[in-house]
Amino acid sequence: MECGCEIDLSQTELIVAPYRNKPYALIPVLQKVQATYGYLPKEAVSIIARRMNIYESRVYGVATFYAQFRLQPKGENTIKVCVGTACHVKGSGRISEELQKSLGIKPGETTEDRKFSLEHVACVGACGLAPIILVNDDVYGKLAVEDTLAKLEKYK
Amino acid sequence: MSKTTVIVGTGTCGLIAGARGVMDAVREETAKRGLDTNLFGSGCIGMSSHEPIMSVALPGRTRVMYEGVQGEMVADILAHQIDKGTPHPNHVFCQMREHADDVAYEGIPYYDDLPYAKKQVRVVLRNCGHINPEDIDHYTAREGYEAAKKALFMTPEAVINVVKQSGIRGRGGGGFPTGIKWDFCRKVEADQKYFICNADEGDPGAFMDRCVLEGDPHSVLEGMLIGGFAIGATIGYIYVRAEYPLAIQRLNIAISQAREKGFLGKNIFGSGFDFDILIKEGAGAFVCGEETALMASIEGLRGMPRPKPPFPAQKGLWGKPTVINNVETLANLNPIFLNGAEWYAAMGTEKSKGTKVFALTGKIQNTGLVEVPMGITLREIIYDIGGGIPDGKEFKAVQTGGPSGGCLPASFLDTPVDYESLIAAGGMMGSGGMVVMDETTCMIDMARFFLDFSQNESCGKCVPCRIGTKRMLETLEKICNRRGKPGDVEMLIELGTDVCNTSLCGLGQTAPNPVLSTIRHFKHEYDQVIEKKVCQYETCPGYKKPAPAGAAAKTKETAPA
Repeated sequence: MECGCEIDLSQTELIVAPYRNKPYALIPVLQKVQATYGYLPKEAVSIIARRMNIYESRVYGVATFYAQFRLQPKGENTIKVCVGTACHVKGSGRISEELQKSLGIKPGETTEDRKFSLEHVACVGACGLAPIILVNDDVYGKLAVEDTLAKLEKYK
Repeated sequence: MSKTTVIVGTGTCGLIAGARGVMDAVREETAKRGLDTNLFGSGCIGMSSHEPIMSVALPGRTRVMYEGVQGEMVADILAHQIDKGTPHPNHVFCQMREHADDVAYEGIPYYDDLPYAKKQVRVVLRNCGHINPEDIDHYTAREGYEAAKKALFMTPEAVINVVKQSGIRGRGGGGFPTGIKWDFCRKVEADQKYFICNADEGDPGAFMDRCVLEGDPHSVLEGMLIGGFAIGATIGYIYVRAEYPLAIQRLNIAISQAREKGFLGKNIFGSGFDFDILIKEGAGAFVCGEETALMASIEGLRGMPRPKPPFPAQKGLWGKPTVINNVETLANLNPIFLNGAEWYAAMGTEKSKGTKVFALTGKIQNTGLVEVPMGITLREIIYDIGGGIPDGKEFKAVQTGGPSGGCLPASFLDTPVDYESLIAAGGMMGSGGMVVMDETTCMIDMARFFLDFSQNESCGKCVPCRIGTKRMLETLEKICNRRGKPGDVEMLIELGTDVCNTSLCGLGQTAPNPVLSTIRHFKHEYDQVIEKKVCQYETCPGYKKPAPAGAAAKTKETAPA
């Protein structure tokens, strides 16, 4: 296992129990499993497939189709760069480049020390504060490219 | 009302700007003063760039609105208004009459007289910013569920007729007449039908539906109730993006309150009609806004579109007849039934009736939501309501319809905003995103931005969309990186036209629009970057600040490969 930590699979069993042989409930089941573990562990996926009576390949088909699902655990801190149109027009692309360069990861990836995950998100709804990034629940609005990296210090 | 009312804008825009701290501070301050206050959070009133907005209404007085409020300012503001009897001068920006006999303050403009509000007509957003979305009594106090009460005692045919006569067309972007859609579905015989609300708003730069769901969720439920009755459905689904957690939370509260009151469930209002609503959370796929993909997603599959016909009204969710309407369409129904189809049809143009909500963003003074009668010009929206371009810059273009739409230059500012006129101009109504660009914006980069989005979101099912958008994006990136060559623009036009004509669903059919429209109106920028390898616009990825005089001469012109 990637993170070397133990996974409590009984949680998966509990989540999937009401949906035995009900393949239509796959997406909500995956959402609950991800909410529990922070991602979709391989072992959990096999249990889901067996209990819901669908092929594992179909579970992966759905899990990889939707942007929400992750097959790898996330970092300790999640940086979300808003790339909605208003933020783009005001320079969020450069902010993201700066972060990618400094962290050495691309959007959707996690640093090797598992400190930071970087995500691009569509409009977070604070266009008046564009360009904006969120680190966990903290909001940094009207952000200048050159101030971006300094904001990460307190999370290191 | 004998209590002091304090309203804090707690839509996503307000919360991100710090509304929670304001709520806490109000609670603390009023407790300290021993003041019995009616404090609640409301949805976004539309002025996102002014958030957090706090309103204070003393008994018998007008509601005073303050902008840019933070927790630490609350005590001072309340002290001014309550003790000194005058609104705090630093943050106040307008006052509003909630009741006809409210006594006004002197020297403070009325909300309705603000340039931002003057040309707006609030039908869909009638309650946003005025009511507590988590309290059904606030909604019913403003004629909520009255329309459903009326409709459920009409015949379904009569209900459909009202909708047809109102002339309302789907607000999700397609513009299909809602009444006709309902009529198709009504006429199909089936043991089960479904009514779906499409709340999978995914355009980057569009947040109209989110504000309605967060600020007035019951208006959507009521619209679904009326629609479900008209087509003969007993189950409704709301398909809402997972990225809208606050909207989902408020919808859940609204649904359970409506069930408690008997507005959802069995034998609603004693009419004998049964209807219930379930929420389905999306999982992050833009293409699921397409109706057949949306239904596949509800069924637990990859959200990929299928060819039509059969149309959802014939064979939809689980193979049963289904109507899918957008959030904004549904929020229009209550006023249509209470004020009459004629009232609604009197607004707008000959073919586009009523109002439309736009999310006005980009290089614009007043970022936020605006609701305008159809037929208003782009100029009125951008300059009169939006306050024009900030920092004294020049207007360059406006993108309507998000990644499916087009960029219109200044010469199109007097285009009336309705379905047909926008398409004729090369734009699109779309769901209502409106992004304003100033003179520093690189149009090629803008086209690349939107195409990058569509290409990423292409589901991969059909070849033109999967490969065509990819090739187009590669070419645009080459041009942006100064590696474009003569013939690239012609290739983009040819390929783009093919992708439009041959893609399976709306995503692919409209994905090339931003590219085609920027080529149509700003071809000189493409030519310049391809031939001279320079672009003077700051938002261009390859832009470098102009070097001091003399250095420019050194720029080498590389011959095309």
